[in-house]
Amino acid sequence: MGSGETADVMTRPTAVEDPHVELLEQTAAGVGGPSAPTGGEGGSGGSGQPLAVPRRAYLTGLTLGLAAIFMFFMGLTSAFIVRRGLGNDWVRVSLPPVLWLNTAVLLASSVVLERARQYLARGESGRFQSWWRLGAALGLLFLGGQLMAWRQLVAQGIYLATNPAASFFYVLTAAHGVHLLAGLVAVVVIALRRWDRSRIGRALAVDLAALYWHFLDGLWIFLFLLLRMGQ
Amino acid sequence: MSAQAHPAAHGVEAPRGWIRRYVFSTDHKVIGIQYYLMSLIAVTIGMVLSWWFRAHLAWPHAHLPGFSGEMKPEEYLALVTMHGTLMVFFVLTTAPQGGFGNYFLPIQVGAEDMAFPRINMLSFWVTFASFLAMVSSFLVQGGPPIAGWTSYPPLSAVGQVAGPGLGTGETLWVISIALFCAGSLMSALNFIATTVELRARGMSMMRMPLTVWGWFVTAVLGLLAFAVLLAAGILLLLDRLAGTSFFIPAGLVFNDTQPPLAHAGGSPLLYQHLFWFFGHPEVYIAILPSMGITSHVLSTFSRKPIFGYRAMAYSMCAIGFISFCVWGHHMFVSGMSPYSALAFSFLTLAIGVPSAIKTFNWLGTLWGGRLQFTTAMLFAIGFVSLFVSGGLSGLFLAQPTVDLPLHDTYFVIAHFHLVMGVAAIFGIFAGTYYWFPKVTGRRMNETLGKLHFWLTFIGAYLIFMPMHWMGIVGALRRYADLSSVQYAQPLEPVHQFITVAALITGAAQLLFYWNLIWSLRHGEKVDTNPWRATTLEWSVPSPPPHSNFLEPPRVYRGPYEYSVPGMKEDFVPQHLAPEQVARAS
Repeated sequence: MGSGETADVMTRPTAVEDPHVELLEQTAAGVGGPSAPTGGEGGSGGSGQPLAVPRRAYLTGLTLGLAAIFMFFMGLTSAFIVRRGLGNDWVRVSLPPVLWLNTAVLLASSVVLERARQYLARGESGRFQSWWRLGAALGLLFLGGQLMAWRQLVAQGIYLATNPAASFFYVLTAAHGVHLLAGLVAVVVIALRRWDRSRIGRALAVDLAALYWHFLDGLWIFLFLLLRMGQ
Repeated sequence: MSAQAHPAAHGVEAPRGWIRRYVFSTDHKVIGIQYYLMSLIAVTIGMVLSWWFRAHLAWPHAHLPGFSGEMKPEEYLALVTMHGTLMVFFVLTTAPQGGFGNYFLPIQVGAEDMAFPRINMLSFWVTFASFLAMVSSFLVQGGPPIAGWTSYPPLSAVGQVAGPGLGTGETLWVISIALFCAGSLMSALNFIATTVELRARGMSMMRMPLTVWGWFVTAVLGLLAFAVLLAAGILLLLDRLAGTSFFIPAGLVFNDTQPPLAHAGGSPLLYQHLFWFFGHPEVYIAILPSMGITSHVLSTFSRKPIFGYRAMAYSMCAIGFISFCVWGHHMFVSGMSPYSALAFSFLTLAIGVPSAIKTFNWLGTLWGGRLQFTTAMLFAIGFVSLFVSGGLSGLFLAQPTVDLPLHDTYFVIAHFHLVMGVAAIFGIFAGTYYWFPKVTGRRMNETLGKLHFWLTFIGAYLIFMPMHWMGIVGALRRYADLSSVQYAQPLEPVHQFITVAALITGAAQLLFYWNLIWSLRHGEKVDTNPWRATTLEWSVPSPPPHSNFLEPPRVYRGPYEYSVPGMKEDFVPQHLAPEQVARAS
């Protein structure tokens, strides 16, 4: 080959540049990068270690995940619209009134979690904990309410396979519920875990969980409107 | 951001313990190799399956080994279904993206690992579980499904009544694909986040190697397309297991002796729309990474900058965008409105524009270059050849009036195998021969490699070219045996010719396996940069250390600075500071 010599030169790191690069790296690491470990009360950033990847990467990652979830529900929605337009077996499902209450509860949970997030940003850890846990309780209440709506439909003899409108009602609510359950697990873990040895810090975890929760809140409004007016 | 400050599992030292290091590893390089090896197993199974059904097509009355008596039509369909599924999902989708992308994307953008290493590990193991679910359908009662890799309802939705393999086998198929969707979504998320957020200082988007562009656009397509396939899969599973009627129409009778099925009102067409909304981007998910690899390899071994870098990057984005608007061209025969067919036809033809830009730029890169015909280079040139040959028949099929008579014939088989199947495989081969030295520290044997290339290249044309003519004559695909149909009888010798070519080409792959294994231990040892290439993966040792870079890299220039006038060497690596670059004296 005869390239040995040049290759050796190339493997040698650019030692002269280093401190310079490192400084710039850190500023490049982000808008908000440095704030992540310091948000909330001390210790939320672990033992002062910088993040493995910039804080923004986690938000980007979650946003991408939300895009995938959005596409998943758009797939189901377009199936809903097409299926309603075909065949003559579509029987409108009259929605159980408890769904209104559930919607209000879910909206309230979003507001409460957001409030908790603001308390954490101001460093009021105690208030954060109580509001955050209240938000989790409201989330659980919503899921319980959804189960109640299912039971009311079942009591009317409307099952998954009864007719396509019912099928879509169960599929959409179940798919949303599963995603919300995952969010609830995250919210509960954030409330209960110790943050002194964690990778990403509580403030960031709270931001991510809250963003996810608000997205599912908006998604539910959309699905509720679809089920109410789209049938 | 020194390496010690890296709190994730990928500090300077690799985790201790064999299992954490090689099995449940969060290191993107290990995960890349895992994906690649899984694909190698899948491609082997898929190829062997194709020998059996090819043999049956050539000699329909022969008693093939492994079958009691003649192969039954349903057995033929099971082989075809599994061949297509394994090849499309577990080879073409997995090896170029999960394999090469995982290994080289972080290194090429100058990152220590993927953005989310644990999600990365999870995505591989979910995909592996999906693979196990798929191949386990060989072991269940009734065998593998017979509904084709597209798994159209009602055949795929009604269960055992429609045929063997449509009971448990088909359920396993749907579950496997749903898992595959989940794994691909997590992987896509990681690829995009890594490309957007973790590029080294100086690595602007327009300095990324075209391989990274390929993986990046592919990940965007995967993120949007697999989510929709997952929705379709769940609805299909409910039709199968829970008695719903999303896709099953009313009054379906499968057998004179049985009453119509209880389902009502569903639409098989709805499934087709959902499936192909995924399925067409999927075609580009398979081919875009290979386009990136081809660009990368052609530039390296032409010792020239890639011709029209920006045009190459933008045309990938254009292909990605248009690929979401053309799914209807898979459904021209479904009885769709001629107006929609016309719209889908125009949009499909529009993809020819960015595709042609890429092709001409590849030729422009080769033109006047100091070509080095390494095995990797040969396979990259082979990719261009196959992409053109397969792409040109796409221009025919994009037009509804031509597609209608050709759609259910071997013409379509020839088209998509050349343009997507074999072309993407050639990209995988090019990548393997090109990056093997980086992954193992040893070079693959070039003599064996070139022999492998010529046998495979000629073989691919011998197999698929005659299928165009068969299709135009009217040879129908998906039929196990047309020997009793009069007009198809003269085609028997052509079938036999193709089968012999397929067996020989398949046997030639033994050269590749042998080369791969032999070179691991006996290949010529190489230094950091055996190809005298410019991108970041060639700035680190072979194989790269656990966190890739000893120091955070900094990038000073674009990825394809070959034969820059006034320089001592004919390549200027991306990471060398201007004052470090030796000038010609």
